[in-house]
Amino acid sequence: MPIHIIDRRLNPGGKSLENRQRFLRRAKSLVQGAVKKTSQERDIKDVLEGGEVTIPLDGMHEPRFRREGGTRDMVLPGNKKFIEGDYLQRSGQGSAKDSGPGEGDSEDAFRFVLSRDEFVDLFLDDLELPDLAKRKIAQTESEGIQRAGYTMTGSPANISVSRTVKLALARRIALKRPRKDEIEELEAAIEACTDEDDRAALVARLETLKAKSKRIPFIDPLDIRYRRFETVPKPVAQAVMFCLMDVSGSMSEHMKDLAKRFYMLLYVFLKRRYKHVEIVFIRHTDRAEEVDEQTFFYGPASGGTLVSSALQAMHEIVRERFNPSDWNIYAAQASDGDNSYSDGELTGLLLTEKILPVCQFFAYLEVGEAGGSAFDLSDSSLWSLYERLRNSGAPLSMRKVSERSEIFPVFHDLFQRRDTAQEKAAP
Amino acid sequence: MKERLFEGADWDFHTLQRITDACEEVALKDLGLDVYPNQIEVITAEQMLDAYSSVGMPLFYKHWSFGKHFAFHEASYRKGLMGLAYEIVINSSPCISYLMEENTATMQTLVIAHAAFGHNHFFKNNYLFKQWTDADGILDYLDFAKNYVMQCEDRYGRIEVERTLDAAHALMSHGIDRYPGKKKLDLRAEEKRAGRRRQHEEEVFNDLWRTVPKGAAKSRSTLSIERRRKLLGLPQENLLYFLEKSAPRLAPWQRELLRIVRHIAQYFYPQSQTKVMNEGTATYVHYRIMTKLHEQGRISDGNFLEFLGSHTNVVFQPEFDDPRFSGFNPYALGFAVMQDIERIVSNPEDEDREWFPDIAGKGDVMGVLRDVWANYRDESFIGQFLSPKLMRHFRMFHLHDDPEERAGIRVDAIHDERGFRRVRRELARQHDVGFIDANIEVVDVDLSGDRRLILHHHVIKGSQLNETDAKRVLQHLADLWTYDVALIEVDANDKVLREYVVSPRPIAAAVA
Repeated sequence: MPIHIIDRRLNPGGKSLENRQRFLRRAKSLVQGAVKKTSQERDIKDVLEGGEVTIPLDGMHEPRFRREGGTRDMVLPGNKKFIEGDYLQRSGQGSAKDSGPGEGDSEDAFRFVLSRDEFVDLFLDDLELPDLAKRKIAQTESEGIQRAGYTMTGSPANISVSRTVKLALARRIALKRPRKDEIEELEAAIEACTDEDDRAALVARLETLKAKSKRIPFIDPLDIRYRRFETVPKPVAQAVMFCLMDVSGSMSEHMKDLAKRFYMLLYVFLKRRYKHVEIVFIRHTDRAEEVDEQTFFYGPASGGTLVSSALQAMHEIVRERFNPSDWNIYAAQASDGDNSYSDGELTGLLLTEKILPVCQFFAYLEVGEAGGSAFDLSDSSLWSLYERLRNSGAPLSMRKVSERSEIFPVFHDLFQRRDTAQEKAAP
Repeated sequence: MKERLFEGADWDFHTLQRITDACEEVALKDLGLDVYPNQIEVITAEQMLDAYSSVGMPLFYKHWSFGKHFAFHEASYRKGLMGLAYEIVINSSPCISYLMEENTATMQTLVIAHAAFGHNHFFKNNYLFKQWTDADGILDYLDFAKNYVMQCEDRYGRIEVERTLDAAHALMSHGIDRYPGKKKLDLRAEEKRAGRRRQHEEEVFNDLWRTVPKGAAKSRSTLSIERRRKLLGLPQENLLYFLEKSAPRLAPWQRELLRIVRHIAQYFYPQSQTKVMNEGTATYVHYRIMTKLHEQGRISDGNFLEFLGSHTNVVFQPEFDDPRFSGFNPYALGFAVMQDIERIVSNPEDEDREWFPDIAGKGDVMGVLRDVWANYRDESFIGQFLSPKLMRHFRMFHLHDDPEERAGIRVDAIHDERGFRRVRRELARQHDVGFIDANIEVVDVDLSGDRRLILHHHVIKGSQLNETDAKRVLQHLADLWTYDVALIEVDANDKVLREYVVSPRPIAAAVA
């Protein structure tokens, strides 16, 4: 009987991918909720990691007719001391154990692992990015080309002569195409030959050789190889991202969450573009300090509001640690718009003189309470200041945001300005 | 002494070939097995997870629930909560066995003996599999099903198809013919039939029919109940079959989807009835083959010890008060009974002669076993062949748990002379699908009235349906039936215990 033994290990994987995507699509709102929750708990830098999420199984349930209760009979192994007619005490809920281990757990919550891409996708989806922008962020930009082997087709400019000749040579040897000196040798022999019969044999042989060398071309189209090129992502060295935030008492949790999301998005964006991204957190009240992420978002602070202090701190850090010729500098400032009146002058000066010239991008995000409609009525002091600067030509992106979905438009500017930013970034 | 098949743990494809040849020699010559041609495939852990999520089949139609299972298995596998099976074997011709690449050479030998010969023989010879499954056609049929579902998605939209499949899956356990009499499924013909049906529809399509004015509806109230039930083939316990044939407003493709799900459920039906026997057979066969190979010197002592380690793990039966206990281990029980039959046939005691006059001391072990493998299912197998000696060995006892009984759970019988028969009968009953699955059947349709579909659940021993799940399943059923569905739970005296009525959901998307 013939037995077939087959190695399936090399078959393309991901057979379940389609089913998995269907499942994710179906569970989208649930998974998205889980992703939102997870990303709130995470540090900015971890947003790009995939990870385990837990969703309630409701709606993902596959119902069956199941019976329960009633009188039950069972046969068990391992009797030690029972005899017929004994009664065993029911322990509390005697039947609870029989629901099967693990099953009860999976009934209400379902836990599984999202890959990095799935996670980022859902995260971006949550921010309601338009598809085009999503693609730009989520996919690695292909910016350079590099050699990648040879190909059978291509443009004539890309012909690889050495490879082509090498192949032609191999083919000629394999097919026994007569070499040039072989023919010359034979011709010389014919010259020198005196015997008529021998001569005729030599001439016949010469003819065969010549015919053969005609039939087997020196270079066949089959031999031709072209150099192949591949586009590869070329991240531009390194970038630093400054997160500036007002942490005075007037900033609510909701505002901070908006800011955090904005920072996350900016981080995702930068991470795709640069090999190495540093993040600097600067929080300020009436004085500024560099802090770690936990303190930045959750540390308590109180005091007045002096925006210039943060800009001053940033300026000093740039001077000490991030030379603008080595680093791409991005800055994002989040605030509720309060600033003490006397500080306006200094802020404007610092921004135009010191900060903006070294930055690729400076975004100002004015965050408001959820559904804040009164928010649009009057401009805050900081907003009017920045607007004045922008009108006089300073490269500033600024937005007011009170809902998560409004965060994206700030990036719109970023994408539009990308070409010029790129030029600047080039060394 | 013959040449060693392998040394150490490493193997390559030549080793596999040698192993398979050696196993085949023992299986066919010494054990007299009769198997489908074998196809052995080596797969990775990821592919094994793939197979897990599509009920072990190599190809299957796409559905979100398989993705869910995949995500679940993957998560628990990654966390180390779950190990993967060493193999998966498919009841098809050729019989396909998947082996994990991580297995050592000994494990591969064990697995080949177990799956490619043990299970394979059982699939080919057991009467239930012969009756209900078509090993030659299954792979082609799955391929057809996959393509058909895909075509339906293209034509009618993914959501519509998904809705139908969700409903069909919910009713899958009640989409089975339990009694023979129908002709065996020929899955290849099924595929052709579906194609012909569609072709016929396309050929006879005439748009004019749409414009013909409809006459006054004919009253059918004159039909007697008996006649009506007969016309609809009632009572009917195969709910999917009934819907496929009689649901008033399903599109042809939806009926075909129900049919596909029904056929697949039917294909797996014998497996659920023969877990103990199937695993017992395979375990017994691998044990015999491995022992023989070791006797012949083709497996070294060290490798044989490795095998014995795995084998002992497989047939381990924790006792009821052990935290690891989760019911009878089908491998342990099946293997023990098979070995016991071997003992009874070749070396019986007086007790065995009294209990098993037909086989005791008959001498031809393999002949008896092959007959057992061919003609029994778990319930009848245990009911017939569980010997007193084995009941004593497992120290079995029977508990009767009546919620009405205040004193607690009664020990009804133990492994003694008075209890043997009762213990055996109860254990056999535990393996009878007739007692495990809820007994639900369509009993009537009110055709003259509101077309309500009426089902009965015949409650056994007071065990009713889980309410949440029952409502959900009925919702699916009502969606397919498109009119109200009533499920009445009645006990043995026709007393109504509970009644569910569910109305179909309006379909959000416009019905074309």
